[in-house]
Amino acid sequence: MKKRWISLFVENDIGVLARISGLFSGKSYNLNSLTVGTTEDTTISRMTISLTSDDKTFEQIKKQLNRSVEVIKVVDFMDTAIHMKELMFVKIHGCSEHDMMKLSYMKEIFQAKMIDYAPSMALLESVQTEAGNNDLLKLLESDFSGRIEVVRGGSVAIEAISFSER
Amino acid sequence: MQITGAELFVKALLAEKVDTLFAYPGGQAIDLFNALYGVEGLDVILPRHEQGLVHAADGYARSTGKVGVCLVTSGPGATNLVTGIATANYDSVPLVCFTGQVPTHLIGNDAFQEVDIVGITRSISKYAVTVRRREDLGAVIKKAFYIARSGKPGVVVVDLPKDIQQALGSDGYPQSIEIRSYKPNISVHIGQIKKSLDCLKRAKHPVFLLGGGVNISRANEVMAALAEKTGIPVVTTIMGKGAIPTSHPLYVGNLGIHGSYAANTAISECDVLFSIGVRFNDRITGKVSEFAKSATIIHVDIDPASISRNIEVDIPIVADAKNAITALLEKSPEFDFHEWRIQIDEWKKQKPLGTKQTGESGVTPFAVIQKINEIFSDAVITTDVGQNQLWATQFLELTDQKQMLTSGGLGTMGYGFPAALGAKLGNPDKDVITICGDGGIQMNIQEMATAIVYELPVIICILNNGYLGNVRQWQEMFFDKRYSSTCLRYRRSCAATCNTPSACCPEYTPDFIRLAESYGAKAIRVQKRDEIEAALLSAKNRKKIPTVIEFIIEREENVLPIVPPGNPLSDMIMGGEEDEEKMDQPFC
Repeated sequence: MKKRWISLFVENDIGVLARISGLFSGKSYNLNSLTVGTTEDTTISRMTISLTSDDKTFEQIKKQLNRSVEVIKVVDFMDTAIHMKELMFVKIHGCSEHDMMKLSYMKEIFQAKMIDYAPSMALLESVQTEAGNNDLLKLLESDFSGRIEVVRGGSVAIEAISFSER
Repeated sequence: MQITGAELFVKALLAEKVDTLFAYPGGQAIDLFNALYGVEGLDVILPRHEQGLVHAADGYARSTGKVGVCLVTSGPGATNLVTGIATANYDSVPLVCFTGQVPTHLIGNDAFQEVDIVGITRSISKYAVTVRRREDLGAVIKKAFYIARSGKPGVVVVDLPKDIQQALGSDGYPQSIEIRSYKPNISVHIGQIKKSLDCLKRAKHPVFLLGGGVNISRANEVMAALAEKTGIPVVTTIMGKGAIPTSHPLYVGNLGIHGSYAANTAISECDVLFSIGVRFNDRITGKVSEFAKSATIIHVDIDPASISRNIEVDIPIVADAKNAITALLEKSPEFDFHEWRIQIDEWKKQKPLGTKQTGESGVTPFAVIQKINEIFSDAVITTDVGQNQLWATQFLELTDQKQMLTSGGLGTMGYGFPAALGAKLGNPDKDVITICGDGGIQMNIQEMATAIVYELPVIICILNNGYLGNVRQWQEMFFDKRYSSTCLRYRRSCAATCNTPSACCPEYTPDFIRLAESYGAKAIRVQKRDEIEAALLSAKNRKKIPTVIEFIIEREENVLPIVPPGNPLSDMIMGGEEDEEKMDQPFC
């Protein structure tokens, strides 16, 4: 079992998202995250899908996606250099001054931004790889247990131009 | 010129050369029916239930190769199609199902008779769409027919809101359509064909395994030629039965959990398995790790997703079956597998099918189906699901003129009879017979009225054992004979648990004879072997009304052989020792 990434070009039509997500639930494929938005061509949407599977199931998933009438193209991101980022917001409640200090260290080191603030609250915005966000979150969870509110967007990805690593 | 959506709908059907429409009206489809009123060149058939309707369209499509077309209203009309849509889609039958829908401004309002049929059918159809703009209507219908019939055929659902039906718009219907996201691959990769033939050159015990794909692509003739040229024995799945005539010297039989001894043994012992248009469903593989264990597996299929899904394939060939078979025929040398064929013929002789059936009356499924084989030469035979289907798929003899329709993938009880009506509508000159059980026939028996009013002289053979026989057989073999909810003669007066059918069992209800007669059909009950032929012959001669023949068979007759769940194909239950002795004296 391994984590994998797919980029999917689909018709920007009503019900396509349901068809794709339904394929995962109906066939018991393990979907981690799915993001979707329109492209430069507004009739086409592009999805970035993260899933966990073994090799055989992954082959089957790609084939099943390909045979869906609304799918224009399936791009396997496993052997491709890509840029991939995920947006994460973390709201921290009940902050003391000391907490605020810790937060400013953390955001510096993790390249997150503090985008909103009240005397006892802070809101961090982190645009990282999924793993990067996980690391930040782990730290926040240990220091501010029970006081954080998290929302994550799922990753979006695109093929690299000159970079050779993701 | 400006016409209504409903008028364009009719125009589109005529442009698609639809000659038969299976349709049941309702409030949100009334405009469409209004537009259909009196239209020439289009027979509108009104079945008695939407499930019967969609199975009839399916039978029509399978037997003619054309797209079957359904029209129903919104809500319950649409949901009643669901089982039939899944049945057809699973067996790759091209259907276009139009459903009425509440007006677009009411969608999502929980309006009267509103359901999200596109959502409901998403996972059981090839494509499903609601038409949201009148100007899209023509293109959507064109697309629907194209998607349904091309590539691996399937079901397309087109949901038509009432305001779209009523709205005025262009009368144009496109001649052709381009779908950027849908490009089925049907052409064949010659390199792979050569590779597969090289593999055959090294083979000693090769087998062709043919599935429904061969029948769907209508490759029967080229396939027979290919089998003859290569001299390779042919095994079929249930859906592939008839791919070459069953009387062909190279034909071995069906494989699978109720496959023949010779077929299952040949598959287990082969060194090259050349499979075409199959899915390696669990009903044919038995224990997967033991399936064709020492064979190199070649797999031709139009659907890449079928390849290496259940069985790891060595040489994949993604193509339409007919194209692949034609290419193989062209490139293939002649081979000599004489000894292998002798071995298989030996297995066939050793353990033939059906000869162990011994009803006291002699009215055995084997005897009935043998007579059907003898009497009908130009026919479509449909089956229901259960023992009747398994016996039919074991014993029926098929030729170029005799086709079998059966719900192979979904296994839908209630399929056989309405499918026969559709087959008869599509093939008025052929005899159409349905072989069903006493359970399944009752799931769509209301279609007797349809058979009467449209003068469809189908022959309805009910093999009545008073049980849901296939489940009962499993209960007998694998659940200590605990006949839980399988006896159809059970009444409140019976003991709460019973596994000993006897002459004292309560009477069967309904009385199929009186029921059939009340519809206006001819009905015959057969209780002795020598009545079988006369009943079938009289039914064959009836040209206007259907005939119900109720065959009273042994109550606990089993389908044999059977591969118990989890066993490899080579491990079959053939029947008891007594049966072994009787095997040498086939009684037909």
